[in-house]
Parts: sequence; C-alpha cells; structure tokens
Amino acid sequence: MTDKPTMIAFQDVQKYYGDYHALRGITAEIRAGEFFSLLGPSGCGKTTLLRTIAGFEGISSGAVMIDGRNMAGVPANQRPTNMVFQSYAIFPHLTVAENVGFGLRKAGLSKAEMASRVGDALEMVGLKGFGDREAHALSGGQRQRVALARALILKPKVLLLDEPLSALDKKMREQMQVELIRLQRQVGITFILVTHDQEEALVMSDRIAVMFEGEIAQLADPETLYRRPNSRRVADFIGTMNFLPAQIIGESGDTVEVEAQGFGRLVLNAEQAPGGTSGEGAVVGFRPETLTILFEGQTASDRESMAVIEEVVYYGDMTYYDVKLAGSDAAIRISMRNVFGRPVLEIGDETRVAWSPGALVLFR
Amino acid sequence: MKGRWFKVYAIGYLLFLYAPIIILPMFAFNDATVIAFPLTGFSTRWFAAMFEQPTLGLAVKNSLFIAITSSILATTLGIFAARASTRYRFPMKAGIMGLIMLPLVLPEIIVAVSLLVVLLGMGVNLSLWTVILGHVLICTPFTIAILSSAFQSLDQSLEEAAYDLGETAASTFRLIILPLVMPGIISSLLISFTISLDEFIIAFFLAGTEPTLPVFIFSQFRFPAAVPVIMALGTVLVCLSIVLLTIAEFFRRRGIAKTGGKDTGGFL
Repeated sequence: MTDKPTMIAFQDVQKYYGDYHALRGITAEIRAGEFFSLLGPSGCGKTTLLRTIAGFEGISSGAVMIDGRNMAGVPANQRPTNMVFQSYAIFPHLTVAENVGFGLRKAGLSKAEMASRVGDALEMVGLKGFGDREAHALSGGQRQRVALARALILKPKVLLLDEPLSALDKKMREQMQVELIRLQRQVGITFILVTHDQEEALVMSDRIAVMFEGEIAQLADPETLYRRPNSRRVADFIGTMNFLPAQIIGESGDTVEVEAQGFGRLVLNAEQAPGGTSGEGAVVGFRPETLTILFEGQTASDRESMAVIEEVVYYGDMTYYDVKLAGSDAAIRISMRNVFGRPVLEIGDETRVAWSPGALVLFR
Repeated sequence: MKGRWFKVYAIGYLLFLYAPIIILPMFAFNDATVIAFPLTGFSTRWFAAMFEQPTLGLAVKNSLFIAITSSILATTLGIFAARASTRYRFPMKAGIMGLIMLPLVLPEIIVAVSLLVVLLGMGVNLSLWTVILGHVLICTPFTIAILSSAFQSLDQSLEEAAYDLGETAASTFRLIILPLVMPGIISSLLISFTISLDEFIIAFFLAGTEPTLPVFIFSQFRFPAAVPVIMALGTVLVCLSIVLLTIAEFFRRRGIAKTGGKDTGGFL
C-alpha cells in the first residue's frame, strides 16, 4: 500500500469564507488507486475540501496538487477529476445515454465509438440497455449509477463522490457500498468519498481522514482508526466508545502506569496513549466488544472483574448490556453476540466480566 | 349547508368577473348598432367592418411591433436579472432587486407622466420606441418573477456537473441551463407580449401621433356607430389572449414535468 505514488497532495490548504475559517491548514496525501474517505460531522469542511480538488472552490492559501501538478488557476473543466454529486445532477432533459456520453462530446468520437463507450459504461454500472430511457424517469439507485457511469466514462485520475449514498434507503445503500468497492477495484481509479456516516467510511475505505472544524483530526486505515483513535473526539465519532476516568501514575520509557476506575492499576504501552500522557483528567476508552460477559464455567484468559447489569438492549443477533464495573459509578456498554441456548441476562444480575489491558486506549 | 353557500358565492364571483366579457361576443355577433337587449339577430358584419378601417390596421401593426419588441427586450433583461438574483450574491442585492420590481406596484399613470416629462426634457421625439421603453419597464418585473422561479428550480449541481465534464461556462449555459429554463422563457415572452399588447396609459402618453390598438379602441368610443366593431375587435382580442396564456401555461407545466419538479403554482 505504502509504495503507491501520491495522487493528491494538500499542502497547508487554508480556506476562508469572509471571516469564517473553513479549512485550517490541511496537509495530507492521497495515494493513487486508493479508496479514500473524508469523514466528519456536517460543517467540518469535508465537502469544501472535496470541492477544492474538483476546482469548484478556490483556496485562500496553500496548494492542492493532483498527480504532481499544482492546480492553482486550473479551472474545474480542465482538471483530471470527475464528480458524483449528492443530488446526482442528472441532466433531466437528456436520455440516459446522452447523460453518460455528455463528457465525450468534445472527444470527437464517431457515433459508433461513442455508442460503444456509452454502452460499456452503462454495463459497468449494471444499467445495460437503459440508454434510451428518459433520465427524469429513473429511480434513485438508477440515477446514482448513471452519475457514476457519466463520471467514469472520461477515465479521470480521481473520482470524487460527494455523499453519494445519503439519498438511498438503508438496503440500497449497503448494496451500493459493496458495488462501489467492486467498481473501484475494477477501474483502479483513486476514489475520494465524502461522508458523515462512519460505518460507511469504515466499510468502504482504504484510508480515512476524520475531520473536525476544518482540520484533519486523524488520518489512518479503518482498523487503526477504530482500535487506536488518537483523540477522545475521534473515538467518540467512530463507533461506540466507553470512557472511564483514569489517573496517570507514572511514565517510564515506553510504558505508562495508570489507575483507571473499574480496572484498577494498569501498565499500558505508549502505543495505547496516542494523544500523549501529560496533564490531568485522563480517561481510558474501550470498545463495547472488547469486554466479555462470562457465563458459568467460562474463565477469563486475561483479567476478570465483577459487574452489575443496569440495562439490557436486545438486538436479535446482539445484546447490549449497560453495566457498572465494581469500583466504578459510570455505566459502560458491553456488546455480546447472542449464542443459541445461552440466556440473556436481566437487569440487576451480577456477572463476571473478562477484559484485557491491551484493548484500552488512554486519552488526555 | 355550508358547502352550498360556498358554491353560490363561487358562482356569483365568477359571474361578476366574466359576465362583462361574455357580453362582448354577444354584441359582436348582434345585428344592431345599438348596444342594448334584446338581441336582434345574428350577423358577422362587424367583423367584416373591422377590415375596412385603415387606422385599425395601422394600430394593430404598431401594437404587434411594440408587443413583440418589448417582450423580447423585457425577457432578455429578465434572464440576466433572474440569473443574477438566484445565483449570485452582490452588495445591495435586495435594494437593487426591489427597485427593478417596483414598477409592478407603481401607478402606471405616474410612470407614464414621469417618462413623458423626462423624454421631452431630453428632447427625445415620441415614437413607437418610446412606448417600447415604457413597456419594457413595466414588463420586466413580470419576466423576472416568472424567470426567477425557473432559475430557482434549477439544481446548481447541474451546472457544476456540466462544467466538471469539460464544458465551458458558455456551453454549459447553452446545453444545460437554456433548455431547462426555456419553458420559463417562452411563458415570460407570452405574458409580456400580452401585457404590452393591451397596455393603454403608457401608449397613450408616449406614442406621439402613432396609434396603438388600445388607444385606437378608446378613441373609437366617441362614435356610437363604431361601438359594435370594437365589440368584434374585443372578441378577437379575448380569444387571442386566452390562446396565448394557454400556450404559456402549457410550456410552464411541460417544463416542470420535464425537470421532474413540483408544481408550485403559476399565473394560471
């Protein structure tokens, strides 16, 4: 992965709208052939950043490089990028084939070449034979596919996707996620996705940049982002994270000694404290699935604590238990896969909980 | 019970609005010079008499020239203003748009008199062009109202998509924006044409010696014998207006259907 060349480079990109500081010094690199996501809550600047690549937004200072070329002064219609818009922006007065072939108008192709390229593009997105349909009569999922075919037919270096799945219902969205991954592997083009849906980003991306307030908070692959978020905020945004207060006792070399509520005194390695260890008011964070409720006859492979069940949320395949660990007054969430024949615990039950210090992350 | 009174009210209201217009064809086809009941018999001679009036022919020609020219000018100006007001932010936007829309509510007589004073003061000779100037002034707010809604319903990403796919700003306008707002442009042309065609006050003040249709009609009322001919002329004009407005509405609705938008109400 790391040996792939850089496709897009942001160099201290700043963007102001009047007094509003929309992008605050973005520096990052996106590699060729990568499925990259810009993830963050609305208003974090992710769409603005995407539009600076497309050329729809100018930047106040810094540089956006595409394939080694500075894009300053290069208008959107001359950039090697194409975009799939949130609203799909299908031209309603044209047919599906005219929409898909729109970008080829200036290529000077013969009618037959044009028809065959359009046909190939439609087949690629699973819309073979839809060419003569009126564009305004398509369903949401079909529009999405037309938008994809239209953007990919020009074989851009970078495909930009601005929340392309947000208008679809859940089932359709999950189906399109898988199709987009397949499509990206097939064409090998760099895909840059903007989304506010952390699950979508985790599912689809090779790497993700999490953005808050015009800054990249963390840029990492999905697993690192999930297991080792570098700040409490990122941890909170990606999936569910439990937090318990902790005291830093001491540091030596690459280990940190902490006293965490409910867990007692622990030694963590430096990798588990990505945000540094200085200062007061630290917390340890851990995912709901890193704790396991022990049933009769089971023993913990690492550590074991006592806990009281406060709340039970049954999801069919999973049950979420909100529990209080002995020695802690804050409820934490544990998720357990339901196994046939095993009872679901009830509120007020006392239970043993297995955990491992390696799954904890320390935040300041 | 309540519903029935509403029905009575609605019918009464429609009668009040349209009864005078129904009178028009009745007397246009009536075989008598005097406008009074009872009707005496069916005749088309008043329609034939229309063609024997040389001034009427000139008035129609003048009015058509004024209406066509002003509707094209007003719609062109309307396209620029509507595009600017829906797409761009600029200083004093609300104030500027307000000033453009003002003639919509200004008493027309004030507009006509002020224009007359200014034009005479500048030493401009009154002609059909001074009428066109006045008509463009009062038609432009209508065209902006129609065209703004056409431009407003246009998704901005459509333009960006065309631009993104390699088109220039000019070709994007031609290939995407123009076809999508064309129904709005046609309905704006037709409505300003209709407004200009039957406009009286400005034409009366600014036309100089040239007759326009409404001014001619007004002048004919001095001669009782000419009244049935005017009735016939009125009948033709009413039919023409209905046809034009129907066409305008047809294009407006087709535009909405084409872009897949929702009908938010138009002029009809």
